[in-house]
Amino acid sequence: MKPAFRNLSPEAPCVEILWDGAPLQLPNGANLAGALLAAGIGTFRKTPVSGAPRAPYCMMGSCYDCLVTIAGVTRQACQVTVSAGLVVAPAGGSDA
Amino acid sequence: MRDLLILGAGPAGMAAATEAARLGLSATLLDEAEGPGGQIYRAITTGGASRAPLLGADYMHGATLAKDLMASPVEQIFTATVWDIAKSAEGVTLTYSRNGQAAQITGKTLLLVTGAIERPVPIPGWTLPGVMTAGAGQILLKASGILPERAVLAGSGPLLYLLAVQMARAGMPPLALVETQSTRDILRAAPLLLPGLRGWRTLLKGLGLLAELRRHGVRRITAATDLAVLGTDHATALRFRAQGRVQEIACATVMLHQGVVPNTQATRALRLDHQWLPRQRAFAPVCDASGATSAPGIYVAGDGSGIAGAKAAADAGRLAALTIAASLGHLTEAARRAQSRAPAARLSAERALRAFLDTAYPVPEAVLRPADGTTVCRCEEITAGQIRNWGRKGAMGPNQLKAFGRPGMGPCQGRSCALTLTELLAETHGSSPAEIGLGRIRPPLKPVTLGELASLHEGDTPL
Ligand SMILES: Cc1cc2nc3c(=O)[nH]c(=O)nc-3n(C[C@H](O)[C@H](O)[C@H](O)COP(=O)(O)OP(=O)(O)OC[C@H]3O[C@@H](n4cnc5c(N)ncnc54)[C@H](O)[C@@H]3O)c2cc1C
Ligand code: FES
Repeated sequence: MKPAFRNLSPEAPCVEILWDGAPLQLPNGANLAGALLAAGIGTFRKTPVSGAPRAPYCMMGSCYDCLVTIAGVTRQACQVTVSAGLVVAPAGGSDA
Repeated sequence: MRDLLILGAGPAGMAAATEAARLGLSATLLDEAEGPGGQIYRAITTGGASRAPLLGADYMHGATLAKDLMASPVEQIFTATVWDIAKSAEGVTLTYSRNGQAAQITGKTLLLVTGAIERPVPIPGWTLPGVMTAGAGQILLKASGILPERAVLAGSGPLLYLLAVQMARAGMPPLALVETQSTRDILRAAPLLLPGLRGWRTLLKGLGLLAELRRHGVRRITAATDLAVLGTDHATALRFRAQGRVQEIACATVMLHQGVVPNTQATRALRLDHQWLPRQRAFAPVCDASGATSAPGIYVAGDGSGIAGAKAAADAGRLAALTIAASLGHLTEAARRAQSRAPAARLSAERALRAFLDTAYPVPEAVLRPADGTTVCRCEEITAGQIRNWGRKGAMGPNQLKAFGRPGMGPCQGRSCALTLTELLAETHGSSPAEIGLGRIRPPLKPVTLGELASLHEGDTPL
């Protein structure tokens, strides 16, 4: 799918992270949720209740729809900064 | 022990901290963001300033507040998420996580300036990926420099105009602005305009935004009803009724907005007294003109104590700092009164405009009390119909809903549904939101990991 977002300053140096097992180049130091959206990631997780897809809604740490796991710990992607080697995956289950 | 702890580094927190330092108080400012700014001036000391031409002069006003703060001796702790607040005989202890570790910090007094959150906009399809708040759109622009392609902005309120203008300036105007307020609402608000004129500068800015939108040729539809986002795995269109017919606009992103409401997580966790603000249709902590709450030594200011905007937030922060300084003996009562006069006058001028704005941009009934099929609790996926049903079965207030399900008890702790639960129960029982109240909040205010808990050294051990 064509990314729904455009980066206004695409010249920032990128680092490699893993998203759901696949390598992804994201701007170093960027907001993780924003960077994933700009990279065309449309769904961040499925809900534990019905399996419905979710993606960032508030970007301010209030809705918890951007939940991902980073090295196994559930985090809000909108409150995390991109750095090289992050191992990020959609949050699953209700252990958030 | 520090004289003052300040939670939140938005305009209210920045101004309060600077003023407190000027008055000789030892103050520590904490925020979970990476730097000062809060919601309106987010990323003001980092990437945001490079986008000044898009964001506008109002945004750059935050740079002045941040510069004054940086030049002050205030201790500042960023990327610190505060998840517990405890009162003791000597003062207040905040517990927070930072870089995967937890720590505590203590102070004689506490100023809570945690700002606002977007009002929930429960319409069909609002949980789909591709649906965000207008505030989220702003944060993406300020902090990340990214903007949505093919976006529709929908709802009501001045923040929609600001975002639309910022997008247009970046060369990516929204496909349309679908607004829910009608000419009738503006007419109803007209009598409030005259008393509101003391806030004319803010009003003029709003009119300027509308003129700029027209110049950019952004399509505006008003008096829209029956808004719904369409799509199965992602938003694909916004549907609504306007000019007597159902219309659809195909899009990739929908940005919703129905104003902002005070963020009461911290004040509720502390069990401070709260009141229902009927015009803003929200709760706020009870406080006096200086921000003193029902708990001695605990103060509130800014949008967290009632929505009045950024200018008002900074002046309310200054007033609170003056009162706290006087309470700790750093300032005579006469000096406090003299120095409070100017910020108090500016504050009341800004507040005067709110009555007009709240009336001109009312929250639609269908957003306050959605139809039965609409999801209201995003975390636990509970519909308005289930809440009404549980209300009829005897749940008189939000806390009693727990006998039936888990609304408001998911990870967001009701941030996205608490007001809707209260409105629905008030409707079901034919009472008012004031009588129904809000659900209880238990610490931690934000989820804490086991690793963070294990690292916690109690006492005064800032990280
Ligand atoms: C998403 C969003 C975008 C907005 N954009 C604009 C805009 O562009 N223009 C405008 O005029 N108005 C905007 N507003 C309205 C805005 O809230 C106010 O005008 C202004 O920012 C209020 O200032 P404040 O100091 O009261 O709070 P805020 O600026 O909201 O600052 C509160 C701070 O408290 C911090 N905080 C809260 N809880 C915790 C915690 N538990 N631990 C650590 N830190 C915490 C937050 O990170 C935040 O930085 C926006 C509101 C929202 C919600
Ligand atoms: S997007 Fe809402 S918490 Fe991250």
